[in-house]
Amino acid sequence: MGSRYGLRFALAGTLLFALGLAGCGAPTKEELVIGEYGSLTGGDATFGQSTKAGVEVALDELIAQKGGKIGGMPVRVVVEDDQGKAEEAASVVQKLINQDRVIAVVGEVASSRSLAGGPICQQNGVPMISPSSTNPRVTLVGDYIFRMCYLDDFQGQVIARFAADSLKLSRVAVLKDVKNDYSIALAQYFTEAFVKSGGKVLIEQSYSSNDQDFRAQLTAMKAKSPQAIVVPGYYTEVGLIGRQARELGIVAPILGGDGWESQKLLEIGGDALNGCYYANHWSLDQPNPKLQSFLATYRGKFKGDPDAIAGLAYDAATVLFQSLEKLASEDPATFRALGSSKAGTDARKAAAGKLRDILASTTGFEGVTGTVTMDENRNPKKPIVVIAIRGGKKTAAAILNP
Amino acid sequence: MRQLLWSLGVVAVLIGVNIVLPRMINPYIAQIIVLCGINIILAVSLNLINGFTGQFSIGHAGFMAIGAYGSAMFTLHVGMRWAAGLSAAGVPEPIAQGTALLVALVLGGLLAAVAGYLVGLPSLRLRGDYLAIVTLGFGEIIRVLILNVDAVGGARGLPGIPGWVNFFWVGIGVAGVIFLSRHLAMSTHGRALFAIRDDEVAAEALGVDTTSYKVLAFVMGSFFAGVAGGLFAHFLSYLNPNSFTFLKSIEVIAMVVLGGMGSISGAVLAAIILTLMPEVLRPVKDYRMVLYSLMLIILMITRPGGLLGSREISLAWLLKRRRPARESA
Amino acid sequence: MTEFLQQLVNGITWGSVYALIALGYTMVYGILRLINFAHGDIYMLGAFFGYYAARLTGAAVDPNPFKATGILLISMVGCGLVGFLIERFAYKPVRKSSRLAALITAIGVSLLLENGGQILFGADPKFFPQIIRASNIPLGMGVTISNQQVIILVVSFALMLGLRFIVLHTRAGKAMRAVSYSHTAASLMGISVSRIITFTFVLGSMLAAAAGVLVALQNPKIEPYMGIMPGLKAFVAAVLGGIGNIPGAVLGGLVMGIAEVMVVGYLSPTWRDAIAFVLLIIILLVRPSGLLGQPPAEKV
Repeated sequence: MGSRYGLRFALAGTLLFALGLAGCGAPTKEELVIGEYGSLTGGDATFGQSTKAGVEVALDELIAQKGGKIGGMPVRVVVEDDQGKAEEAASVVQKLINQDRVIAVVGEVASSRSLAGGPICQQNGVPMISPSSTNPRVTLVGDYIFRMCYLDDFQGQVIARFAADSLKLSRVAVLKDVKNDYSIALAQYFTEAFVKSGGKVLIEQSYSSNDQDFRAQLTAMKAKSPQAIVVPGYYTEVGLIGRQARELGIVAPILGGDGWESQKLLEIGGDALNGCYYANHWSLDQPNPKLQSFLATYRGKFKGDPDAIAGLAYDAATVLFQSLEKLASEDPATFRALGSSKAGTDARKAAAGKLRDILASTTGFEGVTGTVTMDENRNPKKPIVVIAIRGGKKTAAAILNP
Repeated sequence: MRQLLWSLGVVAVLIGVNIVLPRMINPYIAQIIVLCGINIILAVSLNLINGFTGQFSIGHAGFMAIGAYGSAMFTLHVGMRWAAGLSAAGVPEPIAQGTALLVALVLGGLLAAVAGYLVGLPSLRLRGDYLAIVTLGFGEIIRVLILNVDAVGGARGLPGIPGWVNFFWVGIGVAGVIFLSRHLAMSTHGRALFAIRDDEVAAEALGVDTTSYKVLAFVMGSFFAGVAGGLFAHFLSYLNPNSFTFLKSIEVIAMVVLGGMGSISGAVLAAIILTLMPEVLRPVKDYRMVLYSLMLIILMITRPGGLLGSREISLAWLLKRRRPARESA
Repeated sequence: MTEFLQQLVNGITWGSVYALIALGYTMVYGILRLINFAHGDIYMLGAFFGYYAARLTGAAVDPNPFKATGILLISMVGCGLVGFLIERFAYKPVRKSSRLAALITAIGVSLLLENGGQILFGADPKFFPQIIRASNIPLGMGVTISNQQVIILVVSFALMLGLRFIVLHTRAGKAMRAVSYSHTAASLMGISVSRIITFTFVLGSMLAAAAGVLVALQNPKIEPYMGIMPGLKAFVAAVLGGIGNIPGAVLGGLVMGIAEVMVVGYLSPTWRDAIAFVLLIIILLVRPSGLLGQPPAEKV
């Protein structure tokens, strides 16, 4: 009895799955479907959730201003979770493009997952905008891949420039995350630029994401007495690194990149991070009216401050909406193919190509993370804000242009 | 002769499937099917180690990683040139790429098999959970090794692997591992493996060379894990060491146990179910993995011997079962 | 020399974290022969219970040792309860089945706690309040240790001794040893095997909770996935020391902690995660049942 039941259960499940797939094939009504993929669960879940929050605010604004419609067609966003795994990212992008028939994709945060999802978007001719993948290779995948943030090579230079020129440092230590491609690349770009400007990296040490104990590395660094420690990692570890450094009696400031950006950074790091600096996409204290109105909406909706990832996702979604708007007004016939279920594959591909061209020609877009102009490699030219942490508060210490 | 006919038939059917299926379904479903196939190879090959021989291995992801990286490196440095050369010489592209892929897969499998031999050796001394933890350790060492070797991309991953894998190649892999397992189970060697699983001391007393059989199971299991890794690499076009953590090994173990230790068809069924389950559960969003884990627990409590126990689904078995099923209905 | 001594102190304190988690692992294994994969996640739950208890009792703003002890106890009781429920509803039904079925159930429970924890507590890491103010204690020659590290060391040794006392000198402990030797024989002697298993499980979960709170105090970042790696390494430590052996778990933890820190300090930090396993394989090849473990008698 039992075994028969189990088998039937399994077979029924498989059948249901097949039926479900058949049932939710092509959308029947006219609408613009936009896909979003990110790590909603797993170790980096905050990245995916911030991205989702940013896109939600952009969509809310579209609903408030234009009834949620572009060119007469309602916009729907489909969000998929990739659990922070590269192979899942590839799988969900396939689903978004082929199952949900999205016209454009927003995502991912981590460069490794953008590199897994990007080629599929490129193959299918669906534009993809990564809000915050800073690795240079992401947009090299192809001409349908865009990003909303600055690149790691520029970020590395900025940190080096800031350390050498503003802080007058010449001897530093580097502590990078070997499990994190972002951290490795940023450490490398920083070191290149810093050595070029006459500085010296005394010691390079590493850790792995999710480590809890950094005392061994810090003890080794302390012996070389560096003027500063550069930690190009994620905020999840930086707080603990700061605490343990102070515990071991290291007083040198710690420098880092946009991986530090989170409301949790100061909570975990506490006083240990006072006097430290990191490069970032924005600073919440800037008067930019777009930023301030975004902040007001965000705080009203989520009862807290956004991080830069949410801001970049908001910008990515807004650029996409504006480009769609432009396509709708310039070439309504082509535009209709994007949202109509009756349009053939070729018409959709042609329309997506037009959308790509408009995205690529983005110039002077005023976003919450600064003014965006796409260069020939579909990377935005944007300034970097260096944030100083003083007395438990983040303030803009410098703004450096490319 | 009969075997030759059978294998020719399988190849013909697979070629047919490879031509027809992509026209009928969208690439997303195609991707799920391919991933199902890769997971079937992994589950059936682990079944050789865990299910047949009772050796508890939690390092399957490590063997898979060796196969994946080994075959990918071969393709990137040699295979792509071969394929290009063959096409230039007038060989049709699918055959040219297929030849290069076949060599890459076999090479990946062999590398993994060598590793399996090296890990299999300590299994002479260690039993049960100690062996388990050594295999787990081995898997983690492989991953850390990959993270530290810059030539294979380290943490950045390895992009740009040609996506040569299609239904045909996955089908060949699945057919190969099932055929071999089935053949083994029916043979004297298979009986020896089962004897080791059921009572190692008794098996030894009866003159079974337990040591070489255990190593044999390890080597064969890791060979196919390597092949699965190679298919995975040439399907996704991008490798990242994070795809091969011990959680991946555990996923495969769950397939073997859920299917029923030692049951080949059970492993196949469980691999399909556990690959589909997260996809089916997509609509529930955040609760997806919670439901997945709950279902795993409930399945284990209600069917502790696995879905099929140690039985196999076969045509005769299905026919025999149908009658009583009707009577009870 | 200063650097070496500091690294040694780092290694011992880090090793004591492993030891603390390994204690619970080894105990459950000794009785049930079950690798309780969920142990690392109960450790995570312990940290979260401590976090909420600290916020409720206001210990976050006004720390004192009494409140800290109270928080530790609340967390231990909470995790003991969770352990009881897990045992009752997930492990008990599969106890009569194969050990692998139990293992997969344990994996299922582990995944459930991680993903359930993420929904319940949120995905972002939380800051564990300083329920005992941190201060540095100089040990001379420029070597320092924090008071929190000292607390971890003291507590893990105290727990080890307490556990040893329970196992060797109490009726329940005697029963536990009997059960670990043979379930059938123990039940024939009138021992309620089921109750002893539940007791062991609750005790193991309480140990994990204590580890969670203490480690969170020292490294105050807690998140739902924090238990995976320490759990795995602690398990390796338990095997290293000879699984099922209580002093072995502590020894294994310390050996691993020191080895890891020395590898980071003097070789290359990138090999940190591998060294635990390399060490394990070497030790198991030389001593197949761990440093202090007894080779199992082979029943013919």
